[in-house]
Amino acid sequence: MSFKATHELHRRRLGRNLGLGLVLAAFVALVFGLSMVKIAALIRESAQHEAES
Amino acid sequence: MSDVGINSTIGEQEARFGDFFALLKPRVMSLVVFTALVGLLAAPVPVHPLIGFAAILFIAIGGGASGALNMWWDADIDAIMRRTRRRPIPAGKVAPADAMALGVALAVLSVTMLALATNLAAGAMLAFTIFFYVVIYSMWLKRATPQNIVIGGAAGAFPPVIGWLAATGTMAVEPWLMFALIFMWTPPHFWALCLFMRSDYDDAGVPMLTVTHGRPATRAHILVYTVLLAALAIGAGFTGIGGPVYLIVSLVLNAAFLAGALRIWRRDEVLAEADNYAVEKRFFRLSLLYLFAHFGAILVEALLRQWGLGGWG
Repeated sequence: MSFKATHELHRRRLGRNLGLGLVLAAFVALVFGLSMVKIAALIRESAQHEAES
Repeated sequence: MSDVGINSTIGEQEARFGDFFALLKPRVMSLVVFTALVGLLAAPVPVHPLIGFAAILFIAIGGGASGALNMWWDADIDAIMRRTRRRPIPAGKVAPADAMALGVALAVLSVTMLALATNLAAGAMLAFTIFFYVVIYSMWLKRATPQNIVIGGAAGAFPPVIGWLAATGTMAVEPWLMFALIFMWTPPHFWALCLFMRSDYDDAGVPMLTVTHGRPATRAHILVYTVLLAALAIGAGFTGIGGPVYLIVSLVLNAAFLAGALRIWRRDEVLAEADNYAVEKRFFRLSLLYLFAHFGAILVEALLRQWGLGGWG
């Protein structure tokens, strides 16, 4: 015997879970991108600082 | 009772992803995004595109959090008013506690992330904006005074200031001019809506100007605020955010807006009901164009300035 998600309830939950999953994935990607930008700026700054001193 | 019966009942009440998104007031969010973007791009400091994108996103999420908390607090009156009774909470799609939890979570997330992505000043200003909209406006002023829109409208005026702060980290006169523009625009915009939404606020017991002082007084208030707004908007054309493009746009739109306010002032309820509030509805639509065009012109001036054009010098 198999359980099949045929009810409207399951479709709504699937849609909600997929939506939340995509939002979380986008958030992780954004935090990663922001980290890269900030770290790159810090490296540039320290390189400039070293060149000046 | 069968399982099918139980599932059907739960299924009807189970919220979709879109219901939670609707709690964030996406239409208000578009105004927040646009004005914050103008504040950020008009600032004289270049911002990395990804940091700029993140700043606008978190300002928008902060605005959305305010919307969710406002819907949670106002669920009782939203259920009475025609304009709001299909919102997720009064429609029974989202539980009030879930809306509050979403609002608080997004408020904390947006403030923290904005502060981390840009600077503490921008994060603090976003936190203050959320507090102002939820506590000062929604919880206190909205049901206490007919000036609710005037003072509460400040909450919607903060996004360009936050955008500017996100870019520069310091305060200046220019973002406060943008703030003043939205602040003075909100009362005539909202009172026009109150005029043609007729009994909504009366039924809900919200002390809107139309309820406490009557419709003729509201029409007079719209005219007075529109005159003050026009003086401010045109005057701003000669400041750091203005320039020839802005001034032309502002002169045209303020002439149209003043003409609309005059028409509203001259009318009475008999005339308004005869044409189903056509003048008031047209004024309301024009008010949306008014704000977007003014901020669009500020953006054009800021972009032209990067090419050595724009502004007065």
